[in-house]
Amino acid sequence: MEQNNYQGEIRKMMIILSKATLDNVYAAFVLANGARMEGIEAEMFFTFFGLEAVHKKKLEHLHIATVGNPAMHMPTLLGGLPGMEALATSMMKKEMERLDMPDVAEFLEILKASGVKLWACKLAMDMFHYQREDLIEDLDGVLTVGDFYKQGSGLGTHILFI
Amino acid sequence: MEKIIAGKQIDVTEEGFMTDFGQWDKTVGEALAQESSIQLTPRHWEVIAYLQDQFKQEVPLSIRKIGKSGVLDIKEFYALFPNAPLKTATKIAGIPKPVSCI
Repeated sequence: MEQNNYQGEIRKMMIILSKATLDNVYAAFVLANGARMEGIEAEMFFTFFGLEAVHKKKLEHLHIATVGNPAMHMPTLLGGLPGMEALATSMMKKEMERLDMPDVAEFLEILKASGVKLWACKLAMDMFHYQREDLIEDLDGVLTVGDFYKQGSGLGTHILFI
Repeated sequence: MEKIIAGKQIDVTEEGFMTDFGQWDKTVGEALAQESSIQLTPRHWEVIAYLQDQFKQEVPLSIRKIGKSGVLDIKEFYALFPNAPLKTATKIAGIPKPVSCI
């Protein structure tokens, strides 16, 4: 029955965040929230450095990368100067406030309230020696890759790696 | 394009959003809610009134603004209008589709 009705539409987005640079974190959050706004289910899997986005003590201190980021249009040496990342980050945060973008903590609250499932990667947690209590309360749980794939079963699920 | 809603000739976009708020009244709102399979309760009407008020004040709508509205929180918004709440609620309210990504 479900198969007969399926027209190829996206029904669920499984978004894997593996990076902690602010631009990547926001991209993942906007995509997850945007899915819910369209009536599409969304689940997020935080792995490797992406775990910092749900780490209580770290999520408020995420930066954008000024080194190795060609879109910064600055020489690599300059980007490596002390304070450069902080400057670029504060400029980006100002611009985002102007666009009515929430900060990371508020964005996580919005995602949770919107019904986005938030999962942490077990392997990455073991690797970084993180405990469950190091991560935000709103987290739905800690999963293996296999568990996460199981969450994505069903027609119309798409998986996105950031 | 035009569409007959609650027995009235109404101007709408291809997605079904009304283009002239002057044509909206509660019976039109009820008919639009029925199309979205939503049974309107007094709580829904409060939210609709809030959205229309924001539209009249030319405040752009977003999920974040709903959360900060003091009228309802985001969780309740999704509970009242389960499928794409901002789009569904603005459609029923007879106001344009919000362009926000947040």
